[in-house]
Amino acid sequence: MFDNDKINAIEQKYNEWEEKSVKKTVQRFPERKTAFKTGSNIEVKNLYTPLDIKDLDYIEDLGFPGEYPFTRGVQPTMYRGRFWTMRQYAGFGTAEESNKRYKFLLEQGQTGLSVAFDLPTQIGYDSDHPLAQGEVGKVGVAIDSLEDMEILFDGIPLDRVSTSMTINAPAAILLAMYIAIAEKQNVPLEKLSGTIQNDILKEYIARGTYIFPPEPSMRLITDIFEYCSKNIPNWNTISISGYHIREAGATAVQEVAFTLANGIAYVDAAIKAGLNVDDFAPRLSFFFNAHNDILEEVAKFRAARRLWAKIMKDRFNATNKKSMMLRFHTQTGGSTLTAQQPDNNIIRVTLQALAAVLGGTQSLHTNSRDEALALPTEDSVRIALRTQQIIAYESGVAETVDPLAGSYYIEYLTDKIEKEAQEYIDKIDRLGGASKAIEKGFIQQEIQDSAYNYQKEVENNQRIIVGVNKFRIEEAPPKDLLKVDPEVGRRQEQKLIQLKKNRNNDEVERTLNNLKKMAKTKENLMPAIIDCVKSYATLGEICGILREVFGEYKQAVIL
Amino acid sequence: MNLKQGILDGDKRAVARLISLAENGDPEAFKVIKELFHLTGRAQIIGITGPPGSGKSTLTDKLAKELRKRGNTVGIIAVDPTSPFTGGAILGDRIRMQDLTLDEGVFIRSMGTRGHLGGLSKATHAAIKILDIYGMDYIFVETVGVGQSEVDIVKTADTTILVLVPGLGDDIQALKAGIMEIGDIFVVNKSDREDSDRLVTEIEMMLDLKQGDTTWRPPVIKTIASNNIGIEELLSKAAEHFDFLISSSLLKSKRIDRIESEIISISKERFIDIIYNNPDTSVSIRELSKEIYEKKLDLYSAVDIILNNFNRKGVGLC
Amino acid sequence: MNTTKRIRVIIAKPGLDGHDRGAKVIARALRDAGMEVIYTGLRQTPEQIVETAIQEDADVIGLSSLSGAHLHLFSKVIELLREKKADNIIVIGGGVIPEEDIPELKKMGIAEVFTPGTSTKDIIDFIKSKVL
Repeated sequence: MFDNDKINAIEQKYNEWEEKSVKKTVQRFPERKTAFKTGSNIEVKNLYTPLDIKDLDYIEDLGFPGEYPFTRGVQPTMYRGRFWTMRQYAGFGTAEESNKRYKFLLEQGQTGLSVAFDLPTQIGYDSDHPLAQGEVGKVGVAIDSLEDMEILFDGIPLDRVSTSMTINAPAAILLAMYIAIAEKQNVPLEKLSGTIQNDILKEYIARGTYIFPPEPSMRLITDIFEYCSKNIPNWNTISISGYHIREAGATAVQEVAFTLANGIAYVDAAIKAGLNVDDFAPRLSFFFNAHNDILEEVAKFRAARRLWAKIMKDRFNATNKKSMMLRFHTQTGGSTLTAQQPDNNIIRVTLQALAAVLGGTQSLHTNSRDEALALPTEDSVRIALRTQQIIAYESGVAETVDPLAGSYYIEYLTDKIEKEAQEYIDKIDRLGGASKAIEKGFIQQEIQDSAYNYQKEVENNQRIIVGVNKFRIEEAPPKDLLKVDPEVGRRQEQKLIQLKKNRNNDEVERTLNNLKKMAKTKENLMPAIIDCVKSYATLGEICGILREVFGEYKQAVIL
Repeated sequence: MNLKQGILDGDKRAVARLISLAENGDPEAFKVIKELFHLTGRAQIIGITGPPGSGKSTLTDKLAKELRKRGNTVGIIAVDPTSPFTGGAILGDRIRMQDLTLDEGVFIRSMGTRGHLGGLSKATHAAIKILDIYGMDYIFVETVGVGQSEVDIVKTADTTILVLVPGLGDDIQALKAGIMEIGDIFVVNKSDREDSDRLVTEIEMMLDLKQGDTTWRPPVIKTIASNNIGIEELLSKAAEHFDFLISSSLLKSKRIDRIESEIISISKERFIDIIYNNPDTSVSIRELSKEIYEKKLDLYSAVDIILNNFNRKGVGLC
Repeated sequence: MNTTKRIRVIIAKPGLDGHDRGAKVIARALRDAGMEVIYTGLRQTPEQIVETAIQEDADVIGLSSLSGAHLHLFSKVIELLREKKADNIIVIGGGVIPEEDIPELKKMGIAEVFTPGTSTKDIIDFIKSKVL
């Protein structure tokens, strides 16, 4: 970007400045630390100049928004057209209660829904399963059958909201339920928009809500890719998630590397299943975390975009521009929230949300201040949403595209993160790809090492967390936390008894038998699953059939 | 809790406590073993060894489940490395055997090596005896599996299963040099991977070369433990090996060898304990060392001093 | 003979919650403090946890739960320990646990509850003070 003479002149001045000014100042006022580092252990210098980005080629490395390599964003005008989707992840208790919360959020100006399911739903157990005891409705809404899903979306027109569902192992089943509801609402499938998380690899790595072994799980995923490309063209078929990888302790670099490595595995699987890359790749979406180190986070988002564009173009020979675009949802970092002085979390969330917006996110969830303590109350959720709205309407950062571009530090970091992530991806390739690297425990081990180092740094006070290892106060226990009604489990059980009495059980048996038969073939399973769902077979029954045919995954514990 | 009565009554808490006491070197454990020694020697002891990641725990899990189906009881001892720096350990093999936890006829115990080399822990032998007294028909001992030092298992088990997986690459060369001798049965696990046939051929070739005076030719069996494939065959080979040991009288000599080496190792340990830790008999080895450093004494004379001192006072002490 | 007691700890994730970062960090920290740690992995039932603790002759069971199911799951563990006459085993808990639940957990027999932000050193010290 700079000619040689200019660079030489800057270099000379820089050295003089280091020799004269810096040294003298440091002698009189020593620096706070002997080494400054980002959260990813990238060394941070005292000053960045053109010297740090002298090889940067504007056209090739940055380009223009909406154009390859998408470093500056995936749309030409970004937030000047419309803000990111403000999408608060919510759900708890029964479908009735969650439906009420969704309507509240829509009234407050939220623009998309994001459904949290309880753990039994995520792991394919009905609410009356012994392992579901104590878990029903706790971290999300309990869905046992299409009946619950009908209640969940009662009065919410599916052609006018976009819905994101955090569901992985049983993603095909919940998507089938959503399709069934759209049909009942007379909404054509082309009008549906939304996302299912559907990312099983990160479940094995970090989140733990897997059911089946990798092979049949990957098949379910590619079946969804295929079905949606033909029937629900605007549906994001997967949300390849770095969020949980980061929550498990990964650094920003690892988050990018492992997420994109998983992305490569999905694209590989789909191509192997006979799909054409440009038919499904435009509907791949991503999900990242945002932590407190704003500048590193912004660089991370930009690096991820550039790296994915190159991967799709060079490795998979995609030709559709949309296949190369990394579109992503962001959630602020749950693990950065503290139980101590919980109001401080509002500020943390603000910094993180700002990073996401400056990094060009397509949608955003801001955490509530009380989430280190319990599920958020309505008040806390409102503040979290207001945080986004203030950034959107008042901060000015949404008025131009990629406003931090050209900062020497940001461009340097973007490049650095991309390079280090690429190194990890190369290593994972050498291990045989993401699935193999997970099986060998490589990815888990890397993340756990980072998590453990982080903990040690906090305990040694090398890393300061305000209110935790510095600036502590005596506090009274927080009040007014949200409590999930302990009766939810019993109510769901009652509903199941009623359901099994009222539905046509012959039809249930027929559809389930058909699913079993199909599961043993290589045919696309979506139609059979949709039939099961419409017959009011329960989620647990459907997963039970698939467990029988596919078996269950056993965790590899690497410590 | 009366531990002797407890173990006779089949109380798992007593079994668990006795193993801990043995691990901690507590004489109470050895007292109970002494008194119930006539109940040992009944179980078939099967060693499972092989490199990390070869699937030893999953294989053990499946073998145990198959034996349970046949009505046998199973004890499992899984050894993991203790950190030489902190003395702590993460004992993680159990995780592969979670389904067995609630099975009445199974007892699983994790042990750290606690500084012992050779792939087992010092108290593994005592733990085997305790599980034997407890009445387990089969006792599996899963070694640490970190390399070529896994020699203890041969002396400990009646039948040693060496588990390998395709894709070890150059490691096979190391195996040639090291642990090939220790397998009575070879398993190529994860045999759905490519190259598994090649690995089988390589092992067979090595076995052909090593074929010595023994009449037992170790079989090579392909398994996919995670899918329960090859498990029955493996068990029948283990039974065959045990029958062979009995019919050839090798079991007797093998077990006498084992007893002999146990006597030696327990004696060594107790002897060292006496000269180090018993105030009545021990000369300060630290003091002797200083004298040797200052050339007031030499190494061999120092040992003579220790032994003379022991001869005078030490007999009968423990 | 000299006896060398090691503290043995079971770290368990009862219920369906898959967030095991904290559990694993603590498992490592306890190991580095010289303890023998048996990590049981995800989705353990209270029955499995208690049986494991008995067979492993554990001194301590550490339970981690972030899903809000702690009251139900922790009390089940305590109950089973009593039933099996193994209530000499100390039970500690951690995770996302509201302050107001802590007295109830302690009343049922949980020795201590460690919430987010606790240093691993505090946990180590607590275990040592109870076991040694």
